[in-house]
Amino acid sequence: MALSNVFETPAAGFNFDNTSRNAALEGLFDGGQTPKPMKTGTTIAGVVFKDGVVLGADTRATSSEVVADKMCAKIHYIAPNIYCCGAGTAADTEKTTDILSSNLTIFSLNSGRNPRVIMAVSILQDMLYRYRGQIGANLILGGVDCTGNHLYTVGPYGSVNKVPYLSMGSGDLAALGILEDGFKHDMELEEAKELVRLAIHAGIMSDLGSGNNIDICVITRQGVDYIRPYQVSEYKDNRKTKYKYRPGTTPVLTEKVVRLKLEVVQESMQRMDTA
Amino acid sequence: MLEETGPEWLSEEVKTGTTIIAIEFNGGVVLGSDSRVSAGSSVVNRVMNKLSPLHDKIYCALSGSAADAQTIAEMVNYQLDVHSLEIDEDPQVRSAATLVRNISYKYKEELSAHLIVAGWDRKDKGQVFATLNGLLTRQPFAVGGSGSSYVYGFVDAEYRKGMNKEECQQFVVNTLSLAMNRDGSSGGVAYIVSIDEHGTEEKVILGNDLPTFFDQ
Repeated sequence: MALSNVFETPAAGFNFDNTSRNAALEGLFDGGQTPKPMKTGTTIAGVVFKDGVVLGADTRATSSEVVADKMCAKIHYIAPNIYCCGAGTAADTEKTTDILSSNLTIFSLNSGRNPRVIMAVSILQDMLYRYRGQIGANLILGGVDCTGNHLYTVGPYGSVNKVPYLSMGSGDLAALGILEDGFKHDMELEEAKELVRLAIHAGIMSDLGSGNNIDICVITRQGVDYIRPYQVSEYKDNRKTKYKYRPGTTPVLTEKVVRLKLEVVQESMQRMDTA
Repeated sequence: MLEETGPEWLSEEVKTGTTIIAIEFNGGVVLGSDSRVSAGSSVVNRVMNKLSPLHDKIYCALSGSAADAQTIAEMVNYQLDVHSLEIDEDPQVRSAATLVRNISYKYKEELSAHLIVAGWDRKDKGQVFATLNGLLTRQPFAVGGSGSSYVYGFVDAEYRKGMNKEECQQFVVNTLSLAMNRDGSSGGVAYIVSIDEHGTEEKVILGNDLPTFFDQ
């Protein structure tokens, strides 16, 4: 199993093989309800500032109307200098970022260089385009490399947008309002962190699918500062973690004892070798 | 309560819903586009440059599905680079347009993008080609995208042969402004690219600098 095979370039042209597979999968359900994948219902945002990139995300993962995970990590590691926020189908974003991360690690080891953000974007775009939107991953990629600080977004169909600030997820419109109002070029670190925090906070307040805590990831030439959580939700629940009740909590009204008649049918002994 | 499927734009394909125009003048071409990218009713990017370089003096204007259009432009960019290395000189605009047409025609059923190819080469000077649905036709000017329907009358009435570069740029800006005012899927800023034998010039015209007409 040669690892260097992972990085082979696919055959030229468009590959529509998976459309027949998908059609066959739909056919398995006989026209009934196909299972819907779990969406993270999220607010994620990113901002380019003077010395690097700040990425932010909420931490709620929902499964329909129930919060499945209150402290879900939506900012994924891609490379030492590149991180990625994911919105859309949870499994797709996790797997896609894992594959991307391992491909870039192999590339780094092969060439001895730190990967560039544009490289991550190109690999992602190529892969998502080949799957024609069947992979529901809306990703924000941010990173710092030798060519500067970059922020890109890749859509599930493979479209790429390069912008200095953006937000994605179900809470994106609320967050974008804050970003549009507060963004300036070449901000300082604290300004940028505060702006992203406000943007995610707006998403959490205005969107049911986003909530709980805020994670922030700051990427600069010097390194990465992954602050998890950056802001904790002000709504704390007060749960007792012990559920042991003392005897007598439930009153006993009557007691009836029935003896079970058991006969010994067979007895056997097996020596255990304890040497 | 969060819906099962989530917001529609998460699964909606990102379309450029656009206005693009390219026009030939004596000695070169001028291309123009708006900058709005929409997914359903949500604007995903309000500053996207839809004029994509295929080569130093050949550009294409993107419309339709964003992913399809970007991918076609990248593929043709690569093929044109190889081709120009093979012939050891700058490629002809017709070659670029043919490459775009070949992809558009072969994958007609699967793709939904329309690219207008325009540029300058030494043999035929400025040329504009439309490649809608896999045809290849050279035209003095071409408009495309959802906003083009609103300005067909304007361009047909106002186009004159023998305009110079400045008049062409003004014509393109006027057309884009009118279309962006009427089409919900076009808007933002206007990007203009002028190509002639001396070089390529890219310009951005911000929203409030666009010409206004009878806007009440």
